[in-house]
Amino acid sequence: MKGTYDKAFENVVRLRVMSILMVNTEYDFNSFKEILEVTDGNLASHLRNLEKQEYISVSKSFVGRKPMTNYSATEAGKQAFLEHLKFLENLIKENKS
Amino acid sequence: MRKPEQELAEIKSMMERSTRFLSLSGLSGILAGTYALIAAGMAYAWIYYPNSPFGYRFSYITEEAILFKLLATALVVLVLSIGTAWILSQQKSKRSAGKFWTSASKRFVMALAIPLIMGGLFCLALFTRGYVIIIAPATLIFYGLALVNASHFTLSDIKYLGFCQLGLGVLSAFFPGYGLVFWALGFGVLHIIYGLIMYYKYDR
Repeated sequence: MKGTYDKAFENVVRLRVMSILMVNTEYDFNSFKEILEVTDGNLASHLRNLEKQEYISVSKSFVGRKPMTNYSATEAGKQAFLEHLKFLENLIKENKS
Repeated sequence: MRKPEQELAEIKSMMERSTRFLSLSGLSGILAGTYALIAAGMAYAWIYYPNSPFGYRFSYITEEAILFKLLATALVVLVLSIGTAWILSQQKSKRSAGKFWTSASKRFVMALAIPLIMGGLFCLALFTRGYVIIIAPATLIFYGLALVNASHFTLSDIKYLGFCQLGLGVLSAFFPGYGLVFWALGFGVLHIIYGLIMYYKYDR
């Protein structure tokens, strides 16, 4: 079967994070929290998980005095996500036939 | 594992929600259209009354005082419309528990503002140079372009409003003297129709 099921995207929060980063060059922590409606700790642990696999990269900066943590998808992360998508699509095709 | 169809739907919805500004209020379209129609009625009273607005060649806008009255009215309508859209959209995003000033809404506003501001300045230049006759088509065309441009960053229905404004703008360029009628159609009637459609489709 084409594509590979990626364990990293098994969790729905990580899947959503990656979906967002596929279409936004960067996205910050607070915006993630807002759109995903998850707690700080929960979100942070999932982001750390993706970061450890080098699927996303982190950059910290300051806006005025507020710290801002921005995330973006790495090449490896995008590749893995596309493979995961391909897997899902093929699964649907097979179920139909 | 969840169903793959569900997974794909999840991915798609996240991509949409994170890139598009979804809380543009339909009601604000209806109100903007209403303001425009009221303003058009006032303009008609100043320029044509008691003739019909279709009576081209009977009435000319020659007096400077009337010209500036028209310009002021147009600006008031513009500010009122933008203000209404802003406030109602803010309320709508609050109701749907979304943040109003996100990167998606910023992109939407930028996409809308660039053609609109440039077009506005251009029309101001036309006005000061005395090319009053081409202002109605120019405003409609620039507004249409702004809408088509911004449609990539919000619910895509607004694209059709943009196409209609563009068509109307080009058409009005071929019928000089009917500027007010085309304006009332574009900024008044089309806004109200669009607002009603959006209101029934998404707001309720």
